[in-house]
This record gives sequence, C-alpha cells and structure tokens, in this order.
Amino acid sequence: MTQELISANHAAALAATLAARANRTGRGFGSGVYPITPQTECIELLCNQEIEKGHVVRVESEHSAMAVCMGFSVGGARSFTASSSNGLAFMAENVFAAAFYRLPIVMMAVNRTLGPPWNIWVDHGDTLMLRDSGWIQLYCENNQEVADTTLAAFRLAEDRRVLLPIMVCQDAFILSHTMVLTEMPAQALVDEFLPPLDLPHRLADRPRVIGGLDLPHETEMHRLQAIGAMNNVFEVYREVQASFLQIFGRALPDPIVPYRMDDADVVLVSMGTTASTVRAAVDEARARGVRAGGLRVNMFRPFPEDLLRAALAGKKKVGVIDRDLCPGLGGILWAEVRGVTEPGALVQGYIAGIGGGDVRPAHVTRILNELVALERADKPRIVEVG
Amino acid sequence: MEHDEKSPVRLPMCGHEPMLDGMAQRDGDRGEPVLRAGNTNCGGCGMSIGLNMLSRAAAEHSIQMVIPACCAIVTAGSFPYSAYGAPVVAATFASAAAVATGLAHVARLNGERTRVICWAGDGGTYDIGMATLSAAAERNEDVLYICYDNEIYGNTGGQRSSSTPLGAVTSTTPLGKDVEKKDIVGIMAAHRVPYVASLSLAHPEDALRKLQYALDARGFRFLHILAPCPTGWKSEPADCIELVRLAVRSGVYVVCEIFDGERVVLNVDSELSESALERYFALQGRFRKAKLNLGAIRQTLLKRWAALRA
Repeated sequence: MTQELISANHAAALAATLAARANRTGRGFGSGVYPITPQTECIELLCNQEIEKGHVVRVESEHSAMAVCMGFSVGGARSFTASSSNGLAFMAENVFAAAFYRLPIVMMAVNRTLGPPWNIWVDHGDTLMLRDSGWIQLYCENNQEVADTTLAAFRLAEDRRVLLPIMVCQDAFILSHTMVLTEMPAQALVDEFLPPLDLPHRLADRPRVIGGLDLPHETEMHRLQAIGAMNNVFEVYREVQASFLQIFGRALPDPIVPYRMDDADVVLVSMGTTASTVRAAVDEARARGVRAGGLRVNMFRPFPEDLLRAALAGKKKVGVIDRDLCPGLGGILWAEVRGVTEPGALVQGYIAGIGGGDVRPAHVTRILNELVALERADKPRIVEVG
Repeated sequence: MEHDEKSPVRLPMCGHEPMLDGMAQRDGDRGEPVLRAGNTNCGGCGMSIGLNMLSRAAAEHSIQMVIPACCAIVTAGSFPYSAYGAPVVAATFASAAAVATGLAHVARLNGERTRVICWAGDGGTYDIGMATLSAAAERNEDVLYICYDNEIYGNTGGQRSSSTPLGAVTSTTPLGKDVEKKDIVGIMAAHRVPYVASLSLAHPEDALRKLQYALDARGFRFLHILAPCPTGWKSEPADCIELVRLAVRSGVYVVCEIFDGERVVLNVDSELSESALERYFALQGRFRKAKLNLGAIRQTLLKRWAALRA
C-alpha cells in the first residue's frame, strides 16, 4: 500500500493498470482509448503504463473505443476505457451493445455537461442518459472511492452471476482534477482480490454467432437473463465489499449511504460530491435544532429500490438534489426517488449545480430551509448557484 | 425465365466456366464450410459465392469473423442457429474493424494463430464504418477486412450507398444516382497497408490466390469483392458470374492488387470491350431509367485504364 498525491483521473488509471496486470495469468488486458476533457489525463496515464500482456489501442472515436473494448472482452481479455459527456453520447450505441453482449467492461466516466453550448464542468446528465443501457452505475464521492470502486468494479463485473459492464462515475474537476492523497494497493494484494477473468461465452473456435438476430421470444429470454444478472448485483456487491475490506483493509461504500437519517424529519437525497456538501449542511441544520438527514445514492443501477424504501420509510419530507436536468420532467434522480418514498410523503425536486455550478453548503442550507417550510410539493426548481 | 431478344437462352451454370469445380464441398475445403448449407440467402447472391471462396481459402486456418449490420449477418439466421460454420461476432454497424482490432490483439497477446476477418458490406465499409476502417488501417492492425460490395444497402431493401454507381435506381434514388461511386481500393491503398486487392468472382483462381495470400499475410489487409445482388440490381440470379465477367471485360471493375500502397499489379488486363459494357448495363434493370451515356462512360474508363497501364 502506498499513498500517492494524485487526481481521481490518475487514481482510476492506476487502478485500471493494477487490474490489467492482475490478468496477466489470464487472457490479458486491452483498452481502446480516446481523449475528451476532463477524462483525458486518465487515458494519458494508462498509455504510459507498462502492462505485461496488455495493449492500449489509440482509436479515432469513442464509438470505436468501446468497440475495441468489446473485441478485447469478447476474446476473453479484461477491458477498461474512460470517457465523458459528448464522448459518451457518441459512444452510446456501443455502450448498449457491450451490456447486451454481457461483457464485463469497466468504464470510468467523468460526469460533464453535454453540449452545446460547450461546458466542460460537472453535470450527471451524460451518464444518466445511459441509465437504461444495461450497465451498472456507481457514482463516487471522493478520490479514494474512485480508486477503490474502479478496482472493485472489475471483480463485480466479472463475477459469473453478474457479467455486466460497469460505469464508475466521478464529478468533473471536483474529483477528476483535484489532487488528493490516495492509497493505492500493492500488486500482490490486487492479484489476490482479482482472479483472472474466465469469460464463459468468449469467442473461441466453436461456430456460433454472438449478438446476432433474436426473435421476440429469444429477446425476452435474453433480457430476462440481464434482469437476473442485475438482481444478483446487490448480493455479489456485498461479497465484493467484504473481500475488499479483508484484503485492502478499507471499506467500499454501500449502495446507498445514509447520514444522520435515524431521527431525521427532513431528508436530502443526492449523488456524487453533492452528498458531502449535504453532510455539512445537515450538521449546520442540526446545530440549529432542525432534524435533517442526508442520503447518498452511490449505486444508481441497479436501482437500490428496497434499500431506499427502507431508508426512506416514515420520512415525510424528502428533497432530491439533482445535478442533471431532463427538460419536460425535472431531475432524473428525483423522478426515480418519488417511487420509493413513503405514500403521502412530500418529495420536492431541486436541480443544483448543473453546468458545473459550485454547490456550496449555503445553497444546500437554503434548500433545507425551504423544504422545512414547504407544505406541498411543487414543480422541480432550479437552484441558481453559478 | 424471360430474356430479351439480345440475350441467348441459358440454363443456370451452362455456358459458364465451373466455379471452383462447382459449388459442392470437396476435399480441399474447410472441414466445416464457412457458409453452411440451408442458409436462406437469395439465389445468385455474389456475397454467398464469396463466402464459399473464403471457405476454401481458409481451409488451413483457425478464423474468427466480425460481421457488422449487413446482409451477411441476416444470413446467420436467428438465435440459437447459425448458418456460419465459424465463430462470429455480430458487430454494430460502424464497428467491425474496431471489434476485430480487439480480437486480433487478444489472439496476439495469447500467442494464437487465429485470423480475424471482417466481412462487411459496402454500407458498413464505404459509409458508416469508414472512419473505423480508416483508423484500423492506419494502425496497421492484424486484420483481414473483406468488403463484399453489392453497391446498395441490401438488407434494408435497397437504398443508395456511396458505392452505388452512377445511374443506378435505388429506393432513395428513384431517378438513378447522379454521382459516381467511391474508389474504395484507391482509398485503402492510400493508407499504404501491406495488401489491398480486388477479387473477381468470375476469376476464381485469382480470387482464391488472393484470399490465401491475405489470410497468410500480417498487418492490415483489405479485399474488395464486386458482389452482384439480383434483388437490388434487378438482374437474373443466373447472371451473377456473367455480370462480374462483363464488369471485368468492359473495364468497369479493375482486378488488381496493391502492395504497401505502392506496387500495383493488374491481374486481369481488361479488353475494354464496348459490347461487354453495353451488355453489363443491359442485364441490370436498375440502369434502365437513367438513360446513361455509354459513350461518355467508356471514355472515362479508357482514360482510367490508360493511367492504370502507364
């Protein structure tokens, strides 16, 4: 275990490199990479690593980056790439394909505003656009989590009960470009944590077609298998958490992370780095005698419905802070959380920090105060923080 | 079968050279044919003949195929069946060369001699897959990319592609296409990849030799096959090979190979026959509407061939 002063982009690249080397006794590692701000430093560092039995292919687009990863993965190699924003939009067709092929590819996604107008700062709308793609999605809160979750993602994705690709999401610049002392494990420990990938349906010599035509009933059955795999994620993730803690001595975050929720009357739900700002605002409100609580959604896909339902049981006032906007609906997290709250609960949507606006504790305090006074849920509100 | 007055009455395979001693499986072939019997391809499909040639050429090789959206992936049939006697990945439309890149790297990383082959139509090659193809060629990936060119979006029902020739009626060019097709062989040769060649289904020995050479060679190799499509070309299925022969004799289709983007070898010296040109267009209903100026077309071909022979 070494401590390194690195950005979350570099943390992801180093974690991917460790995972890559861990598959040297398997069928190796491969990656298709393409630059886009604010993810570029990740793939730059990856391109500078010596990986035994691994190749990084510098392609001409995100669409091909994912296609190359699919080629590596369907051949049985471990695979990783990174992207962001419009790159993810361009890649989208193959993002869906990777999940439908059931390929355990790990992608680090730096959340960035979709353009135009062009804006390189944080917004969760890019990966949320892919929420129906069949990928597992995890939204990190800090640099260490980016490193740890990237490593854990390979173990989770490659588990035979899962075999689904995973997006490890992090907030642009707030994490991607901020240097933080980060613990990176030794290769020997990673080797212990990550067994070589043995993809059961890899393309070998047997005549077959992977990803060919399906009639309606076959489509239903294949989708049913994907749903089953998604349903297995919670159990497998718990095992991965236990193994991670045992081997690395550090805990992975739970699918949802509550903060001072037990006796809370007002709860703020959020994802990514907003959750840490919420914690500060909750503490401040508690000091004023307001029984506030925070709830962070780490795993957005599969949607931790049961866990959220249990956490929000009895909570009559819930505010959801989205860092994304679906015009014509509101926040995407809000729309989904509405389905797991207590019947009759007031669930108010707030959209804060889109386009990279700096969400500060004072903004969250304002949201909390408004929520306390609110008697009926209103249309989702954009909180101007820019 | 109806014929216009100019064309002699023919029976299928009569009056034509036998194709690789006929289409039947024989000793020299791959144990398992690449294209299995019982597939549902149209009669007279040039792409199917190309697959049978590949089957013979690949007899000694372990192969993996990447097929993007095109007629050839419909050929496979629906899950869990496969008309292919080879492992296939059905890639997204624009991704064949990139998926093949990944597979080829895995083979290399694991010391396997597997040959990775892209089998793609003109839509996936000239149009939507162009950037992916160009990039894989630039990287000189160890991939054999074969484009069967039926000059049309076939499995979507016959729309124009950038490979559709001047004057051809398609469902999206009802009056005939008003521009010429791209020179894909020239484009690929400009990447200076180790090997680029065009194959004539009417010249099976030459075609087989090129397929075998390309399977043995390393680095990026591109093969182009003019593949008549009776459905799209509005031609008789039995005329498939004859059409390719006419394309070669008239100079419309250049049978050549280009090594490293430099050394050009003309494998079949076209007689630039005027009557073959007339007949090539007359046998295809798709050119009927456009009232092509064959004299002008011939002048263009003569000029092109003068440059080729220079």
